[in-house]
Amino acid sequence: MGFIINVAYFAAAVLFIVGLKQMASPVTARRGIIWAGWGMVIATVVTFLHPEVRGFINYLLIILGIGIGGGLAWYTGKRVAMTDMPQMIALYNGMGGGAAAGIGIVALMGSYELSWTIQFIAVLGVIIGAVAFSGSLIAFAKLQGLITKSLRFDMQQKINLGVLGATVLLGIIISFSGAQVNGALLTVFLLLALAFGILMTLPIGGADMPVVISLYNALTGLAVGLKGLVLDNAALMIAGIVVGAAGTLLTQLMAKAMNRPISNVLFSHFGESSGGDQSEVTGTMKEIEASDAGVMMAFADKVIIVPGYGMAVAQAQHKIWELTQLLQERGVTVKFAIHPVAGRMPGHMNVLLAEAGVPYDIIYDLDEINSEFKTADVAIVIGANDVVNPVARSNPESPIYGMPILNADQAKNVIVIKRGKGAGFSGVENHLFFADNTRMLYGDGQKAASELISSIKEIG
Amino acid sequence: MIEGFVALYIFMLAAFTGYEVISKVPVILHTPLMSGSNFIHGIVLVGTMVALGHAETTAQMWVGFIAVILAAGNAVGGYVVTERMLEMFKSSKGAK
Repeated sequence: MGFIINVAYFAAAVLFIVGLKQMASPVTARRGIIWAGWGMVIATVVTFLHPEVRGFINYLLIILGIGIGGGLAWYTGKRVAMTDMPQMIALYNGMGGGAAAGIGIVALMGSYELSWTIQFIAVLGVIIGAVAFSGSLIAFAKLQGLITKSLRFDMQQKINLGVLGATVLLGIIISFSGAQVNGALLTVFLLLALAFGILMTLPIGGADMPVVISLYNALTGLAVGLKGLVLDNAALMIAGIVVGAAGTLLTQLMAKAMNRPISNVLFSHFGESSGGDQSEVTGTMKEIEASDAGVMMAFADKVIIVPGYGMAVAQAQHKIWELTQLLQERGVTVKFAIHPVAGRMPGHMNVLLAEAGVPYDIIYDLDEINSEFKTADVAIVIGANDVVNPVARSNPESPIYGMPILNADQAKNVIVIKRGKGAGFSGVENHLFFADNTRMLYGDGQKAASELISSIKEIG
Repeated sequence: MIEGFVALYIFMLAAFTGYEVISKVPVILHTPLMSGSNFIHGIVLVGTMVALGHAETTAQMWVGFIAVILAAGNAVGGYVVTERMLEMFKSSKGAK
């Protein structure tokens, strides 16, 4: 029996890695997730034969648990709107972290003797898993709009550090306390670890959530890998650590796109007091009617569309694609420019545009398109703000200084579709909006796009 | 039993594999990829099944049971949303 299980786990590990590899290209990506899915099915099914799985009630509970958790996730996963994807990923990720912590707790509660190294690894896994769990739940609540304020108070970092210190100290005591760890001690330890995850995530602003979710994704992977060591399970070790490493790299890529080190994301209070931005804004915001904007675009040679989170909120991606097709029929070259951190996750915009049916070969990255803005007649900024703020290039005082931005301001004309006059997520005033070649088109993204469509249709 | 150093080797090689596989992914696939890797650590389900499988006390059973629910949510939810996202990617039939 052990042989069959090992073969199955080995096959699952191979399928996971090959699947992940295939996800690296849009052409094979779908096949990749399906292969990984089969890996999961194989590994799960053979685990029912595992020699350490025994007892009728335990079997029953396992099947019931898979039914409840899987059923709920299937239901929510099928129904969630594409715009809400980031928080769902955060939620599912948090569940994984919680599960990893649970394995550690069960192992530590056991009556059998574990070596102190295994006990220590179990403790470490509980801390990491619990932090990923509670932290992801907070990230979910923030993106879902359940928590709108970023909680900040005096001495916050010292208190957080204190909680972490206490957690680690208790963890070390537990590691050396041998079999049958005191239940109360274990409970306090778990609660402290959970509290740290909450405290650490609460002060982080919504704009930084993608980086945080990615970090927790990596942490869950690491926790799962550590549990693989505790349970002597190579499938868990390999899959967990592969994800841990991949997630770490992804987190770095995202932080780099925002030009801020990860420590800065986690420990600086971004978006709260953007005191550095005291520079005078020159010029005024100039409004434009949809009909005029439509004419401008209809007779352009090249239009570049810069979507941001506002497009997601307004669910405007379908209208934008309709607008694009209309312009293409008139012979206008239309390209999409995507900033790495546009939206609430890297690639968030790509997913939404793909949902609307926009082919991925007219969608460009920052590096590919930035030199093209100079030759564009019109740049349309829809629901994006900080990622096109020229202050990031010009003003070293600004909190977003140094962040690579899309050079929308270099286009001959810029049309900004925006709901109100407020500043972006970072709280920094956007100088692009006051530029001479910029016109503001106020209104909900979807409504504005519809108006543009009808005004272009009128030209005929 | 996986010996200490063998475990260390597995960790190291797995870490490099994860790093290499991801480093070639285009930005447009970052969200599905994060979701896909999120699905893959859903393998924790296997661990929770073993943990619950040899639970002895009622308390262990409860913790194990909750862990199985959470892990199943991670695996199934991760798969469903990733698959839904990737399903949508299509090319414009050669026209550029």
